[in-house]
Amino acid sequence: MAFDPASDYPLGARRPDLVRTPSGLALDELSLDAVVDGLVDAHDLRATPETLRRQSAVALTAGRTRLADNLARAAELATVPSETILEIYTALRPHRSTAAELEAWAARLETELGAPRCAEFVREAAAACAARGLLRVDERAPV
Amino acid sequence: MSARRSERFVSREGRALRRELLISPHPRLGLVAMDGPNDPEPSLEVVDGSVVAMDGKRATEFDVIDRFVARYGIDLDVAAEAAGLADDDIARRLVDVDVPRAEVVRLSRGLTPARLARVVSLLDPVELMFALKKLRARRAPANQAHVTNLKENPALLAADAAEAALRGFAEVETTVGVSRYAPLNAIAILVGSQTGRPGVMTQCAVEERRNLQLAIQGLVTYAETLSVYGTEPVFVDGDDTPWSKAFLASAYASRGVKVRFTSGGGSEALMGHAQGCSMLYLEARCLAAIRAAGSQGVQNGSISCVALVLSLPGGVREILAENVLAAWLDLEVASGNDAIASHSEIRKTAKLMGQFLPGTDFVTSGYSVMPREDNTFGGGNYDGDDLEEWLTLQRDWQVDAGIEPVAEDEVVRVRERAARAVQAVFAGLGFPPVTEAEVEAATYGYASRDLPDRDRAADVAAADRVLDERISALDVVRELHAAGFVDVAEAVLAMQRQRVSADYLQTAAVIEPDGTVCSAVSDPNRYEGPGTGYRLEGERWELLQRLPYVLDPERVSSPNGAGPVVSEAHVATIGDRPDEVVIAVGPAFGGALRETINGLDHADVLRAVVDGVHEAGATPRLVRIRRASDVAFIGHDGARLSGSGVAVGLQSKGTAVIHRADLQPLDNLELFGMSPLYSLDSYRAMGRNAAAYALGEAVGPVPTTLDNFARAKLIVRTTLLHARETAEAVPGAEPVELVLP
Repeated sequence: MAFDPASDYPLGARRPDLVRTPSGLALDELSLDAVVDGLVDAHDLRATPETLRRQSAVALTAGRTRLADNLARAAELATVPSETILEIYTALRPHRSTAAELEAWAARLETELGAPRCAEFVREAAAACAARGLLRVDERAPV
Repeated sequence: MSARRSERFVSREGRALRRELLISPHPRLGLVAMDGPNDPEPSLEVVDGSVVAMDGKRATEFDVIDRFVARYGIDLDVAAEAAGLADDDIARRLVDVDVPRAEVVRLSRGLTPARLARVVSLLDPVELMFALKKLRARRAPANQAHVTNLKENPALLAADAAEAALRGFAEVETTVGVSRYAPLNAIAILVGSQTGRPGVMTQCAVEERRNLQLAIQGLVTYAETLSVYGTEPVFVDGDDTPWSKAFLASAYASRGVKVRFTSGGGSEALMGHAQGCSMLYLEARCLAAIRAAGSQGVQNGSISCVALVLSLPGGVREILAENVLAAWLDLEVASGNDAIASHSEIRKTAKLMGQFLPGTDFVTSGYSVMPREDNTFGGGNYDGDDLEEWLTLQRDWQVDAGIEPVAEDEVVRVRERAARAVQAVFAGLGFPPVTEAEVEAATYGYASRDLPDRDRAADVAAADRVLDERISALDVVRELHAAGFVDVAEAVLAMQRQRVSADYLQTAAVIEPDGTVCSAVSDPNRYEGPGTGYRLEGERWELLQRLPYVLDPERVSSPNGAGPVVSEAHVATIGDRPDEVVIAVGPAFGGALRETINGLDHADVLRAVVDGVHEAGATPRLVRIRRASDVAFIGHDGARLSGSGVAVGLQSKGTAVIHRADLQPLDNLELFGMSPLYSLDSYRAMGRNAAAYALGEAVGPVPTTLDNFARAKLIVRTTLLHARETAEAVPGAEPVELVLP
C-alpha cells in the first residue's frame, strides 16, 4: 500500500511495514533477543533517508512547510558522516569560512554527498555572510 | 521626609521581594518589556516575489536575522491577505473560539516580527492566557524535569530520573558540572527514566559536538541547546548565524534527535546589544527565525533572564506574550518556569499561573525533581520540596500541569530499582562500582550530600571510555538484560526503535508508556470553546485528585479508644442549689467523639471544668444536651437546668460558652470560639469563671490568645466534627444527667 502522509502517521504504529533500519531490518526484528544475540548493530539504529523524507511529507501535509524543509535536509544528511556534518556546521559559523570555502562545501554537498537542498542552503548562507561581513576576515565581500 | 522611619515600611523592606531590584524602563538599553518607543513600525514591501523592505528597513539594510526571516519566514500569499487586516482584527481572532487555531496559525505566516509583536501586545493578561490555551500545539499539556546533582552520582541521577518518569514527566533533562561526565550522566538518566516509565525522552545539555555524539550512540533522544537571539551582534557573539543553527537542527534530526530551539526576552539586553528595542519585539524576531529554520518547537518565555524581565513594568505579561507568540507560530512551547523568577514565593507563583492555567506543551522547561541544592542548572524555580504544592495547585484549579501524585512506597521502590539497574550497568561495563551504600542513600536520602563520595577521576575515565569505545544504548540494553532488568532493557531498546521510525521529530511529540507517539500531528489541540479540547476529567482527574496526604473524611471524625468516657444516668431535672453550675455537653461528647479538635481527651476536659468550679466554691453538675449541637443552645439549655442559672456549654470539638438562663440563647456571658487554642488550664479557668458568675462575684474574662491561621488549619476538622455532633442530636430529646467515672 502506498504511503499516505495524511493518515500513515505515526509510521512506527501505522505503517511499520514501511519502516526499516539502514541495513534493512524491520522494527519487529529489533527484538531484545536479537540484541542480546548480537544480531543488531548499534549503528543500524537510526532513521533512513527514506523514513526522514516520509516524516518531511507528514510535516508538509500538516501545513508545516519549514519543518518539512528541515526534515528534507535531515534526510540528505542521514548518510553524510558525522565528522563531515560537524565540519560543515563549523564552516557555517561566523567568520569561519571564506566565500570560496563555503562554495566548495556547497559543491561537495551537491555532487559528492547527494545533498542538493543542503548545498543550496549553504550557498544562501554564504551570500548572507558575505553581505553582513560574517565571512572569514581575510576575505570579506566588498560592501 | 522625616528622619523617623515607619516600622511597617522597615518591616516590608525585610521581605524576600526586596532582595531583588525593580527598575523603571530604559529603552536605550533594551530594558523595556514590550511596545518599546524604538521598536520599528510594522511594514512589508514585496516586489516580484521577494521582500524588499520589512519593519522599517530596506533589504540592503537587512541584518542576518532579517535576511533569514525575509527569505524563509514569510508566506507572501498570506502576507498579501494579512495586509488587508487591522491589527485588532487579527488580535480578536486569537481569542475568538469560532476562529480555529489552524486559521490563525495560517495568518501568522504572513506577518513580520514587528507586526507579530504588535498584535500580541493588544491582548491583556487573561486574553493572553486564553490565546495560549487555544494555540497550544499538542492536545494535552505535559512537563519536563531537571535531574542533576552536585556529586554527579549515577545512582542518584538514575533514582531521580526514575521518580521523574514515575511522576509523569514526559522529558528528563540533565547537564554536567564537569563536561567529561556527560556520557555517564546520559546513561544514568536513560536507565533511570526507563525504569520509572517507558517512553520518557532524555537529553544531556552539553556542547553541541558532544551532544550529537551522545545521540548517535543512542544515549539521548532530544536537545534544546540551540539558542537564538534577536539582534545580529548577540547572535554572532553566540558564535552562530541563523543558517548555522538551522543546519545544526537538520544535523540533529538526521541522527534522530528531537530538537527544540531556545530563546527568550532579556538575553539581548543582558549581552549588551538590544539595539534599543523591546524584549517582546526581539523575541518575535527570534521566533520568526526559529520557525523559518524549521524547528518543531522552542523553549521560551525569558528562560534564564526571567529575573531581568521581571524587574520591568509588564514583565510577567511580556513573558506570557512570548509564549503566546511561539504557540501562534505553531511551535511546540516549553514555557520556562525553570530559572528562579523571584525571591518572593507569592510573585513567583503568580507568574507561573500564566502558563499553568492555560497549559503549555511543557509547563516548565525543567521542574527540579530533586532539592534545589542539587540543581546544577542554576535553577530550581520549583523543586522537590515544592512537589506537594504543585500537586495541590493542580487539584485546586482542576488543571493538568503534568505531574502525578505517587505514594511514598512506590517512589522508594522505583528509586531503588533504578539505582540497582544503573549499578548493574556500571558493573557490566566495567565502570567504577556503584556501592550498596550509594544505592541505599539514592533510594532514601534527601540530597547528594547524603551519598558517599565517588572516585571522580575513575568516573571521568569511564566516561571517556563511553565515547572512545562507542559504548551504545545497545550495550546498556545487554547489561540490563544480563542482570535481570528485562523490562528496563526492553524500554531502553524501545527508545532505539523510536529513533528508527523518527515519529518524534514531528511537532510537540511525547511518547506514551506503550510507545505511542503523541504529537501535534496525531493528537492536535482542537480547542474551540467550552466542552472541547483537553479537559481534566475522568480517570486522569481522579488520579490528580488522589494525593497521598488526602484523608477520608470518615476517618477524621471517627473515635479512637475504647468505651465511652461518661455514662448517662437519668433524665436531667432543674436543680435547686443556688451555688450550682451545670456543665452541659453536646450529643457526641465522650461518646461518638472522644477528644477536642486539638486532641484533648474529653474526660480530662470535663475534669478540668469540674475542678475549676470546685476551686471557685461552687457545685458542678454534668448534663448532656441531646436535642442540639449548637454551642449556644447546649449552654442555654444547661443554664435553664442550673440552680444558679449559670452553665458552661461544651461542644465535642472543644468550643465552649458560659451562659445564663435569663439571656437570649445566642447571647452569652463569655464565648470561647477558638477551641484549638484551649488547654486544660483554659477549661479550668472557664469553670472558675462560671462559678464566680453563679456566686455573684466580680469576674474578669478568661484570657484567650489569637491564632489567625487556626481557621485555615482546622476548618475541615471543625466541619467534620460538627457534622458528627449534629448527627448524634435527636430533636426533642430530653437532657440526661452524666456521671464521670
